[in-house]
Amino acid sequence: MTNKYDVIIIGAGVIGAAIARELSRYHLDVAVLEKEIDVSFGVSKANSGIIHGGFHAPPDTLKGKLVVPGNRKFDRLCEELDFPFERNGELMVAFSEDEIHTLQFYYDRGKKNNVPYLEIIGKERLLELEPNLNPDVECALYAPSAGVICPYEYCFALIENAKQNEVNVITGEKVIWLEKNGRKFDVKTEKGNKYSARYIVNAAGLFADEIARMVGITNFKIVPRKGEEYLLDRRVGKLVKRVIFPCPTKKSKGMLIIPTVDGPVMVGPTALDIEDKTDFSTTRDGLKTVFNHAQKLVPSIRATDAITSFVGLRPAATSNFSIITKLFSVIKSFAGIKSEYIDGDFILGRTAVSGFINAAGIQSPGLTASPIIAEYISDALLKDGLKLEKNPAFNPTRKRRVKHLRSILEKKDFFEVEKLVKENKKYSNLICRCENVTEAEIVDAIKMGHTTLDGIKFATRAGTGRCQAGFCTTRILDLIHRETGIPVEQITKKGQGSEIVLTPLRKGVV
Amino acid sequence: MKKKVDAVIIGAGPAGMAAAVSLRENGIKNILLVDREPVAGGILQQCIHNGFGVHHFKEELTGPEYAERYIEQINKNKIDLWLDSCVIDIENNSKNSKTVVILSKERGISYITAKVVVLAMGCRERNRGNINIPGRRPAGIMTAGTAQKLVNIYGYLPGREVVILGSGDIGLIMARRMTWEGANVKAVIELQSYPGGLNRNIVQCLNDFNIPLYLSHTISNILGNNRIEAVEVSPLDENFEAIKSESFTLKCDTLLLSVGLIPENELSIKIGVKLDPVTRGACVDKNLMTNIPGIFSCGNVLQVHDLVDFVSEEAKNCGASAAKYINGKLEKSEEIPIRKGNLIRYVLPGKIEKGKPALLSLRPINPAENLYLVITTDTGVELFKRKYKNIFPSVMLRINIDIVPDDAEFIEIKFEK
Ligand SMILES: Cc1cc2nc3c(=O)[nH]c(=O)nc-3n(C[C@H](O)[C@H](O)[C@H](O)COP(=O)(O)OP(=O)(O)OC[C@H]3O[C@@H](n4cnc5c(N)ncnc54)[C@H](O)[C@@H]3O)c2cc1C
Ligand SMILES: Cc1cc2nc3c(=O)[nH]c(=O)nc-3n(C[C@H](O)[C@H](O)[C@H](O)COP(=O)(O)OP(=O)(O)OC[C@H]3O[C@@H](n4cnc5c(N)ncnc54)[C@H](O)[C@@H]3O)c2cc1C
Repeated sequence: MTNKYDVIIIGAGVIGAAIARELSRYHLDVAVLEKEIDVSFGVSKANSGIIHGGFHAPPDTLKGKLVVPGNRKFDRLCEELDFPFERNGELMVAFSEDEIHTLQFYYDRGKKNNVPYLEIIGKERLLELEPNLNPDVECALYAPSAGVICPYEYCFALIENAKQNEVNVITGEKVIWLEKNGRKFDVKTEKGNKYSARYIVNAAGLFADEIARMVGITNFKIVPRKGEEYLLDRRVGKLVKRVIFPCPTKKSKGMLIIPTVDGPVMVGPTALDIEDKTDFSTTRDGLKTVFNHAQKLVPSIRATDAITSFVGLRPAATSNFSIITKLFSVIKSFAGIKSEYIDGDFILGRTAVSGFINAAGIQSPGLTASPIIAEYISDALLKDGLKLEKNPAFNPTRKRRVKHLRSILEKKDFFEVEKLVKENKKYSNLICRCENVTEAEIVDAIKMGHTTLDGIKFATRAGTGRCQAGFCTTRILDLIHRETGIPVEQITKKGQGSEIVLTPLRKGVV
Repeated sequence: MKKKVDAVIIGAGPAGMAAAVSLRENGIKNILLVDREPVAGGILQQCIHNGFGVHHFKEELTGPEYAERYIEQINKNKIDLWLDSCVIDIENNSKNSKTVVILSKERGISYITAKVVVLAMGCRERNRGNINIPGRRPAGIMTAGTAQKLVNIYGYLPGREVVILGSGDIGLIMARRMTWEGANVKAVIELQSYPGGLNRNIVQCLNDFNIPLYLSHTISNILGNNRIEAVEVSPLDENFEAIKSESFTLKCDTLLLSVGLIPENELSIKIGVKLDPVTRGACVDKNLMTNIPGIFSCGNVLQVHDLVDFVSEEAKNCGASAAKYINGKLEKSEEIPIRKGNLIRYVLPGKIEKGKPALLSLRPINPAENLYLVITTDTGVELFKRKYKNIFPSVMLRINIDIVPDDAEFIEIKFEK
């Protein structure tokens, strides 16, 4: 295997994955290097999963320009890539005169961002749409085009499709050294492997500043902004059909109520600037803040219904340099975007180092904008001299190979279950009994390269339910062992150092 | 597959097995007992310690031995037992017809129509998410029951330096078990000012091994990115808030949680069974029937038991009532409610029949000394009075009361000096 590529993408979050899939349309040798043991294990695994309507971000920022075009792409994407997506809409609700003014402001902003079908709706209609809202609401800004997805399923789908189209995705491969050598970059990884490429795309999320610094670009720094989110028991029901936002205050964007695409309600996230990029800790204060705020919107929400919580870190870019290097606004369709770098905005495109392309500082609405960011980056590569020649063999479709028993059971379509079991006996072996995940789904996930408990959890939802993996842990360990031969004591939660069990106590178990 | 039976019993733990045997002994032929595990016996199979059956079999058995006694009876009575089979749905068609949907490893999907359904699904353990322990999210944090399964059934030690949060019985048993397997159990941390488990377990599992028990303490932070590295332990003030200035750190590679059990009533909720907010089990009448005619409940899914002997007894009664129901002989005399008085956390059943004796189970709110348990009718008749030197929430009390007079409107149960 040669380690020479046209393009190396650093980072396999949604951004790196979307770029990889976009580039796989062309005759190119592309590799994605990811430091974690699996893809989507960075920022992209822990977020709200909202495909935003697009009225939040200011129109003169990249965020504001890209959010609506990104959102529009999702119907086609979910058809091509077969991941769950629901356009359920979002509501920003107002409780006072002041907040009604705020709504008006965001309505105007949304209009400038071209958010479709945006309207302000009155109390009566609002409560008809969302009867569980606090009855003190006055009105709401309604963006029916917003939706929800499962972020890691989306990322997995992008990666699988990119792989189908010959992109090389290498996990457990941390880039530690980069150097421009003539017209190409030399790359070294922690494992001691060497790669080279004519172009580097920096999609390293929280660590994009460190990657940029390797080639001498030091004009931005990534500050992690922590967000705690809490997932409620499925039993609580949907509570709301649409994503509910409060009116943002100067201090905070506020806590959201999110009916996830998988069913359970999620509340959060908090927002706190921190320093440590590995600080994924939840706090008592976070818990209190989230539930106090959430109860204001939907009074029946209870902290005791939480079954788990997690932390996401937003990779927020700030300038730590007095001279801001110009970013290039590359293509016509994006003309009009201010070419200098704005604090907190995405950092996209060409840099002072030719061949080194940034896709950095991608905080919310990064998920929403990801498909259009991918096009933006491929245009930047084109402008930087890369030849983009369409590959006629490009296959845009990726299909899920297994059905999720859970969604079939939800519809009470037991005939479909019967059919599945006839096709594949593994559908009758329930491994996760809270989320109804079967052996068929787990084995498929393992075959797709997800060999950690977290990886399997993200790929199948096994272990995400109310018993939090009490029932399925040993069963999944068995299946990973059976399918891959990895000794049980070497199987991890999320990569080396996170082993589940230590030594076997007796010989010949399992 | 479609099939018609008289009774489906969900869960083949001690409760489900005893209910099945009792149904058979009461003349019911067509019984289906279902469990999602590969063996019958429920939680007993992982409880390889002694202490089961002292009341029921008058000898000390291990969990698997106790289970085996019932498995033999199931086999002897040729009761249909489906293993690796999970009930995924129930529908209440009418008073005498329920449909149970089962996904079974061997049989695929089946629809079973039954006259009665006995809920015997047991409990699951509360976990980190339920109690919202703040901190990082590394590997090495699990419920004590998961650790028990790993060690006793699976044959793997989850870790070597162990801290246990919660002094419930499973946690205490695991403190000893992990020590026996060579682990260093550093401490058991308990939120309340008294232990959650039985006194004999405190003595035999902690004191005998010099494992410290920190009462009125909690874990206020979890450290470590990949595998857990340490916990921060804090004493609590009267409002159960951590006093951070007095906190200390314990290094560990494993944190076990023994912070309570939750009856597995998700299926029950689906078909509209009413739950008691205190026990989180079904509200039942004296026959252990839920608010839905033909649906019965017994064992840990009804109320958390500390002794399996009582589970068997309760399930036996439940099976007998279910058999009567199938034969159309479950007559109902007039019922009156039981009111909870001083120090009573819960009492089961919530209603009893006039003109009949009754068996009550109850737990106190907190530990106390030298109190009388008194049961009276609203008309002033004393039905029961007994002095207790010590009462503990961890010890369930089982009380037989005399025939309730016909003119009573309710009875009251309370502790008093
Ligand atoms: C709490 C929260 C809620 C959010 N909610 C939403 C929302 O509702 N809607 C929305 O649109 N957006 C949302 N976002 C934003 C969205 O999650 C991000 O914009 C997006 O996930 C960023 O993806 P990424 O690929 O840039 O980063 P990542 O997913 O972090 O990917 C970067 C990858 O690079 C890898 N990497 C880093 N360094 C190296 C190295 N040296 N070598 C190799 N690999 C390396 C990392 O391991 C990582 O996998 C939210 C974010 C947070 C934190
Ligand atoms: C760690 C521990 C130690 C104990 N120590 C002692 C002791 O020393 N002495 C003593 O007397 N008692 C002890 N007990 C108590 C006693 O074991 C329990 O009270 C008893 O096992 C409860 O019986 P059960 O049948 O209600 O529940 P379980 O034993 O939990 O059985 C429930 C069964 O239902 C099945 N099930 C649930 N849902 C479904 C579904 N949807 N479909 C199919 N099957 C389903 C489960 O797989 C399980 O097998 C201990 C309990 C524990 C947990």
